[in-house]
Amino acid sequence: MKNNKKASPWNSIKVGLLSLLAMVIFAYGFQITKVDLEELRSENRQQSLVRVTRALAQPEIFEYEQVEEIVNYPIYVPCLSDGNQASAPERSASDPYLVITPACANPGEVIQVEGFNFAPLTVGPVRFVPGNDPANVVSLGRENAETDSDGHFIVSMEIPDRVSDDVQFIRATLRRNIGAPHFSKTAYDTWNKIVETVFLALLATVFGTFLAIPLSFIAARNLMKTVKSPLTSISLSVLGWPIGILLGFVAVRGVGNFSAVVGSNVWVNLAGIIVSPVLAWLGLRWALPQEEITRPSQNMRFARLGVILLAVLVSFYGLFQLASLAMSIGQTLEAVLGSFSFLGYFLFQVGDIVAIITPALGGLAAGGTLSSILGRMGQLGSEKLPVSGIKSLNLILTLIAGITIMGLLGQLIEWLYEIGEPMYTLWGPMAVGAIAGLLLAVLTKPKDALPIGMVVYSITRTFLNALRSVEALVMAIVFVIAVGIGPFAGVMALGLHTIVSLAKLYSEQVESILSGPLEAIEATGANRLQTIIYAVIPQIVPPYISYTMYRWDINVRMSTIIGFVGGGGIGFLLQQNINLLNYRAASAQMLAIAVVVASMDYISSVLREKAI
Amino acid sequence: MLQIKNLTKIYDGGVKALDNVSFEVPDGQFLAVIGLSGSGKSTLLRCINRLIEPTAGQILWNGEDITAASQEEMRRIRRKIGMVFQHFNLVHRSKVITNVLAGRLGYVNPAWSLLNRFPKEDMEKAIKQLQRVGIAEKAYQRADELSGGQQQRVGIARALMQDPKMVLADEPVASLDPVLAHSIMSHLEDINKNDGVSVLCSLHFLDLVHRYADRVVALNEGKLVFEGLPKDIDDKKFKEIYGRDAERVG
Repeated sequence: MKNNKKASPWNSIKVGLLSLLAMVIFAYGFQITKVDLEELRSENRQQSLVRVTRALAQPEIFEYEQVEEIVNYPIYVPCLSDGNQASAPERSASDPYLVITPACANPGEVIQVEGFNFAPLTVGPVRFVPGNDPANVVSLGRENAETDSDGHFIVSMEIPDRVSDDVQFIRATLRRNIGAPHFSKTAYDTWNKIVETVFLALLATVFGTFLAIPLSFIAARNLMKTVKSPLTSISLSVLGWPIGILLGFVAVRGVGNFSAVVGSNVWVNLAGIIVSPVLAWLGLRWALPQEEITRPSQNMRFARLGVILLAVLVSFYGLFQLASLAMSIGQTLEAVLGSFSFLGYFLFQVGDIVAIITPALGGLAAGGTLSSILGRMGQLGSEKLPVSGIKSLNLILTLIAGITIMGLLGQLIEWLYEIGEPMYTLWGPMAVGAIAGLLLAVLTKPKDALPIGMVVYSITRTFLNALRSVEALVMAIVFVIAVGIGPFAGVMALGLHTIVSLAKLYSEQVESILSGPLEAIEATGANRLQTIIYAVIPQIVPPYISYTMYRWDINVRMSTIIGFVGGGGIGFLLQQNINLLNYRAASAQMLAIAVVVASMDYISSVLREKAI
Repeated sequence: MLQIKNLTKIYDGGVKALDNVSFEVPDGQFLAVIGLSGSGKSTLLRCINRLIEPTAGQILWNGEDITAASQEEMRRIRRKIGMVFQHFNLVHRSKVITNVLAGRLGYVNPAWSLLNRFPKEDMEKAIKQLQRVGIAEKAYQRADELSGGQQQRVGIARALMQDPKMVLADEPVASLDPVLAHSIMSHLEDINKNDGVSVLCSLHFLDLVHRYADRVVALNEGKLVFEGLPKDIDDKKFKEIYGRDAERVG
């Protein structure tokens, strides 16, 4: 394209048409979003706007003790035909009293209400009380009375349309504040909920950060691009996951049952906690020598594997014992600690969490381990075996792996949608898996290293992007159903959203690290894990801290509204008060949110500066 | 003895970085690799420890085929090959001692690395290597607080931690000023002469080649264009290696 082109008429027309199109689109937007200033001009709107704005400007934080002077004065509406008037109530000379002129009136007439002997400088409403009961809480109309320094006031009010033969009342309620201001009930509620909000954000951030870190490594292109494996190794490690998870789960649950049989006696627990880590440590110490120059013999390696397995089981036993101990100590502490009973509660809950997640953890660990061992065996096999042997081995392995994966996926679908048709949820997927596996084995060269890293990377990225596009508020709705209304649902929702969005941000940081140190560490003979620990992690600490702080900011802000859907925190209170038209209370909560968000902003920026 | 046979590397974009290169390096030799920027020096050195996978050809080291080694075997081979880089490639935010200890990663059990633990002997050894390159007092500073020359000495100490039988130095002095260059080169010479470690060092300055190298190979556009003693590079050879328009400096 040359730059010295003269403006042609066609260009001008194009620009004109484009502007016209833009205007049409914009005009359509006006209609869609119902822009209507007429509404704003209507008197009703303006009145409510003024009322709400004034309420918002007076957050209900402080209040006074108040004393009230209530005086009822009888009145006939309409006037009695015999001309009798209601008799003024008895009173002593110092009591406040009302004078009404005229003494009776028809509906719609304006009367004058004068008050005498009230306390000076008080305010309150003058109202019409229908029915013949002076204690009736129902009242109509409202005029604001304000006494002068002599305790006298005068207001005019219109008699509402309540006709009765019985006597009715005019009531003046004048209030004044006494004593010093103190925090209102709203202020206390707001304080409680804002504390809940801050801790909700804290837990979600911590929980999310821990899980996002490992995810971020497998979502980083530069780390995953170099991960390549031959098909034998891939299919074996794919098979390793479900088998390992099953075995690990069963084994660790067995350990858990054994631990339960041993009992929750504190001393037994304590002994278990002390002895099992020592045993596990000694076992690992023996089985994993720090440095080895020569390759150990085959028998030695098997012996070591056995010892490691035992050590791991022993340490899981220790974990169960720890959980049991934490729960029993927590229970005791909760009973005796009084206002610090939350420490006991915390201990108990931690114990409970450990007891619940340990089998799952064991399953995952075993799955990962078995997968990596089988994968390595596959790698070795494809390096050492002859090509034809690998080809047929691949055929069998990919067949089994394909059937297993698709079968499990089918069962997941069955569980989710309850189709109840094994043709579609079991045999069909298994057949597809078998064919896909066979095709893969036939189409790839047996010794070729396949870019499995990029496959895992793409799956992880897709998964992260999909989950990230679901708002935390929507997740909260799901978790409210799963774990009930309350802050825990909020923690789960915010935590999950934190995981996926932090994992993405983190992985982008991993992708932008210097490759030089990575190359240097790799050249020393370090394996992948060591490369990550010594070359990747030191480089990503500052951005990780920075992003975690940023996320903490977001979580505090999100946690203030997650209560709208039942996720706990101050949002619930805020929404309730807005719905009850209690704008002064809502204003107090908005103020609290603003203060908390601003101070978190400040704190996190200070911390960020310190950390980097 | 390192034998390189018909080594060829073609990058994904189709660039032929190495074209049928063959030569041999006897144990304990100081070999200089020279050539213009982009002539394939770095690729050649990185093919030897397979940081870059060669496309074709064979590399034999004391009879062992490096190009055919499995991942597990490669770890054992790499830990005997130290490497020194032009840009030092230290982990900036780590301490100097940690950077040096990283040289042992090929030996320590990965499970212990997870806990960031090194054996006690390695700690002592790291201090000793730092003493050898003359910056023991900097051991507990952050690596990026050091000057360029000091950083390169840390890089050498890291390579020494590997108890290497061979050191690959990829333009180790190209980012340093000439005075420092001699200090770094004399450390490499010390390793070569006193420890009997073979050194393969790519260099830009011919006077450094004359001063330190036992033998020279020269690359031009991926092809081996010269192999011989440093003193054999006369003006005619020089033009062949560096092109017709090149002038000798220094």
